[in-house]
Amino acid sequence: MSQPQQIEVQEAENLGPMGEPRNDVQGKSQGQLVRQRFFGNTGAVVSLIVLLFIVLLAITSIGIGPVPGWWKWDPDATGTVVNGGRPTLSLLPPGLGDHPFGQDNLGRDLFAMTMQGTQYSLIVMVVVGVIAGILGTVVGGLSGYFRGWTEAILMRLTDVIIIIPLVILAALLGRMAISFVRSTGLPTVATVIALGLLIGAASWPPLARLVRGEFLSLREREFVDAARLAGASSGRIIFKHILPNTVGVITVNITLLMSSAILLETALSYLGLGIQAPDWSLGRLISENQTAFATRPWLFWWPGVFIVTIALTINFIGDGLRDAFDPRQRKFNPKKARERGEHRNERGDVDAGTNANMRGAVNRATR
Amino acid sequence: MISYILRRLVTAVFILLGASFIVYMMTAASGDPLWDLYGHPNAAQLIPARTEALNLDQPPILRYFTWLGGALGCLAPFTDTCTLGLSREGMEVTQMLAFAMGQTIMLVTAGTILAIVIGITLGIVSALRQYSGLDYGITFFTFLCFSLPSFWLAVLLKEIVAISFNDFLQDPVMSLASILAIGVVAGLIWYLVSFGKLKTRILMGVLGFLVTSGIVYFVLATNWLTAPFLGIPLIGLTGVLVAVITTILISGLRNKRALYAGLATVLVGLALYFPVQSFFRGAGLLTVIILCLVMIAIGAAIGFFAGGYDRGQGMRVAGITGFFVALLIILDRFMQSWPNYLDSGHIRGRPIATASAATPGLTGDFWIMGIDRFTHLLLPTIALTLLALASYSRYSRASMLEIMGQDYIRTARAKGLSERTVVMRHAFRNALIPLATLVAYDIGALIGGAIITESVFAFTGMGQLFVQSVRNVDPNPVMGVFLVTGIVAMVFNLIADLVYSVLDPRVRVKA
Repeated sequence: MSQPQQIEVQEAENLGPMGEPRNDVQGKSQGQLVRQRFFGNTGAVVSLIVLLFIVLLAITSIGIGPVPGWWKWDPDATGTVVNGGRPTLSLLPPGLGDHPFGQDNLGRDLFAMTMQGTQYSLIVMVVVGVIAGILGTVVGGLSGYFRGWTEAILMRLTDVIIIIPLVILAALLGRMAISFVRSTGLPTVATVIALGLLIGAASWPPLARLVRGEFLSLREREFVDAARLAGASSGRIIFKHILPNTVGVITVNITLLMSSAILLETALSYLGLGIQAPDWSLGRLISENQTAFATRPWLFWWPGVFIVTIALTINFIGDGLRDAFDPRQRKFNPKKARERGEHRNERGDVDAGTNANMRGAVNRATR
Repeated sequence: MISYILRRLVTAVFILLGASFIVYMMTAASGDPLWDLYGHPNAAQLIPARTEALNLDQPPILRYFTWLGGALGCLAPFTDTCTLGLSREGMEVTQMLAFAMGQTIMLVTAGTILAIVIGITLGIVSALRQYSGLDYGITFFTFLCFSLPSFWLAVLLKEIVAISFNDFLQDPVMSLASILAIGVVAGLIWYLVSFGKLKTRILMGVLGFLVTSGIVYFVLATNWLTAPFLGIPLIGLTGVLVAVITTILISGLRNKRALYAGLATVLVGLALYFPVQSFFRGAGLLTVIILCLVMIAIGAAIGFFAGGYDRGQGMRVAGITGFFVALLIILDRFMQSWPNYLDSGHIRGRPIATASAATPGLTGDFWIMGIDRFTHLLLPTIALTLLALASYSRYSRASMLEIMGQDYIRTARAKGLSERTVVMRHAFRNALIPLATLVAYDIGALIGGAIITESVFAFTGMGQLFVQSVRNVDPNPVMGVFLVTGIVAMVFNLIADLVYSVLDPRVRVKA
């Protein structure tokens, strides 16, 4: 991402999807190219479809807020335990049955609880992505572009926050948020959003460092000098010239941050520091039901499968986005790549390293 | 260089001060430190007592400076002024920290080392076979590891692996059909992850099937799980394997002298097998370490006298082989104690433990206690390894791919070096440089403990101490944990930067 797009785009245009030179060169915007590359990546597209399915399922089944969903049970409604609470979901013949994921010992429907947990976990994840993305980009961008005192102050602030272990920060802030929301009598979704806000406020520093690095290298480039000589203001340079060049890095890393955020939220809820009773989070479902593993294992399996699936799909989407945003990345085709020689175009994989490093802090926190 | 280090340290002190203030205020604001006492029958005495002990009548800012004063006392040498305050129950935080740190280090060390070794190996292998089935397999596996919630994995290990293995051990019999099924699955995995021509891949699959079913059959037929053994034949076989693999990696099989040196070391190890057994009777950790060192020294000496054009290679091969042979001999001794451990009254034939750091009430010699520690650490270590492995694997894959595309690799190939030399001498070493930073960060974060894993497996380490104190709104232990993790993290970040500038001359620290 350190090259200006314009040069690379042309190079990519001269090659058709199969890599052969193309005669009719049509102009394609950066967005079109990225979209084309992303949708050429099977893993990422499948992940996207699965994720969308989960999102739709979670929203429509039990409804969101005042809007009711199509599922007949409520997450908190107790009932009679049918057949020991065994799941009624069957593939042959396909059918949901009364309680597709089973029931707990109070007769509550696990499908409804899982859906509520998924909904809340997804809300937290999105809020974390938005907040950490905005904070990280602003702090990193300002310190990278203006340098000097701005950079010194902002980066020391980043250092302070990065050194406070993420779990301490998230746990303490989350606790404060929940007691605040409870005391003011806001609806329960507000606690979920507040938790997301605060986890987001705790997890932006790695992104800020990354964005700062990008800004530092881009601000020394010729096209920025040219814009400055042409009399462009700082705001115009930042928004028109530098930021578009960092969109890829930012998007990819927000995506990967979100996949860590869902693990962090579920882990906090598991420890009892995140989403609190009576609301369900996927982490809370597991922590409530782990003792019943021997008798009702499905109570433990389903929430876990949902966490893994969501995190896995987001990881694959992030990976696909990284490949798509990297101008040096051709449409991925293993056979062709082998023919071309194995060692071209490793830039995308190098970014994988920085991502791994960036996620390190969050991952370490949830071990 | 020195001014750079000093400047970093001074900045670090200010950052720590700022961060410690924030953490203290947040802990104090996160709840009521007396919440558990309301409604307690003795509330009338307990509330004033705790208020008195923790100075709760003062505002948090004043309490912070009291705490800071005590913590600064730790900097003064040879005085008894060091205190990090008292916990809610009136315990010295410094003592609690010392205990928790011991537990944490015991818990995380093996997992971290394994994660580094396995992760780097997987990453390098998948980079060398980019776009093969193996690469895809490893990539999917690492993504899965990235996405695994630690608590879910830990509970799964505990409830499924431990309990079903213990159940299986009660009656270790398997039908021939299930042995063959395991073999087929293993063969399929071998087929999928192998690379090259279809014929080779099928061959690998068949080999995987044969080897796996053979091993499973051997283990069951000899009752190996309840009375494991290595003995001379297995030590010899594994030793020869180790010698050949180390030779392939370090010097290439063409260096016959190195290979013979390694094999000779295996022979010496086997010859030592019986004499060493009597030393093991009253052994401790020291005996074990001495045996390892002696075997390394013997190997190095053999390598030295085997000579050849490159003595160093022979010494390395034989030294490493010697180390592994020593480990095998020690492992064999542990295995001899396994039946006793299994039959002891505290274990009752269910060896894989699911909670805490040791079996309460179990006594025995070094070997029994060693096995006990192993069974307790096994599951948490598996969990931690899987969780930490992904980032190492991705990172080393990326770094290796970048290196393999460099011009000097092409030069090395062009001048006719063997692929082994190119990979091991030119690429691998350089690929490890960026990993040094990651390793340093990880070791720095290691002391903070593994909060979830500790909680699931009931270890009372740093993570547990921290979470409990956060729940109890107990600032002093929270601050203690933060101080230790913060200082260690900062020091290791500095070390990471310095190591990087030493390893990679292109990076210079700003003096």
